[in-house]
Amino acid sequence: MSDMQMAAAPAANKTTTDRRSDREVVITRTFNGPARIVFEAWTTPELLMKWWTPKSFGITFISCEADVRTGGTYRFVMGHPAFDKPMAFFGRYLEVDPPKRLVWTNEEGGEGEEGSVTTVTFEEKDGKTHLVLSDLYPSKAALDEAMASGSIGGYPEQFDQLDILLAGSPEARSA
Amino acid sequence: MVQYSQSVDASFAALSDPTRRGVLQQLGHTEASITELADKFHMTLTGMKKHVGVLEQAGLVTTRKVGRVRTCRLGSHSLEQEAAWLEQHRRLWAARFDDLDKVVDELKRKEKSSE
Repeated sequence: MSDMQMAAAPAANKTTTDRRSDREVVITRTFNGPARIVFEAWTTPELLMKWWTPKSFGITFISCEADVRTGGTYRFVMGHPAFDKPMAFFGRYLEVDPPKRLVWTNEEGGEGEEGSVTTVTFEEKDGKTHLVLSDLYPSKAALDEAMASGSIGGYPEQFDQLDILLAGSPEARSA
Repeated sequence: MVQYSQSVDASFAALSDPTRRGVLQQLGHTEASITELADKFHMTLTGMKKHVGVLEQAGLVTTRKVGRVRTCRLGSHSLEQEAAWLEQHRRLWAARFDDLDKVVDELKRKEKSSE
């Protein structure tokens, strides 16, 4: 494992998004650390809370529960001054294969609504980790609807306020 | 723009056919039923259904069925809308990942100091 990254703070790596198919959106990013460390940050609630709700968006965690093992459930509750009440995001881990692969369901859409399934893979090379996150929607209509409603990240429509927040947020440095 | 190539491909494939381009032009003026489009372009109903299906897949046309009539109009889900959504999506994740970088650095430091 190389320690050379410590020498200088590298610029943020590039984040890409891509509509890979009718019902799939893929995000990629490289991290300057080994897969076991990046995986740990995705699977430890105390660590998740440090990065899942970006400070620049004004969203904060109210609680973060995650039983990260195959069949385990998670429940993230978040708040924002613009929301009447906290928002809950929940689902189930379908696959937990450290430090390579993580699959979970997004079930906050409600009863009878089939949600998207998120798959994250962590590929280590030369001490860096290439991360690929795929959101697979149950149908083209479901993804179209998510796009049309302006909600992002599989977030329900109540998160429309994000549009406003995003409009006022500084451009990501990786642009 | 590489990341949008797939949806652009679908759109180009849909636009490669002169009848489908004509249908889009027609729907730019007013919405129409599949029967009306079939008549206009001297095609069978089945043939027009296929063309509309391709345009619908590419998000260029939307259809809705009222009674026995399926009405077509230009897609509300344009490429621009999709690109805007993807850009918002990217910004959210880029912001998250910038914070995640800090967590990764922190963990690396801890690991190093405990060696």
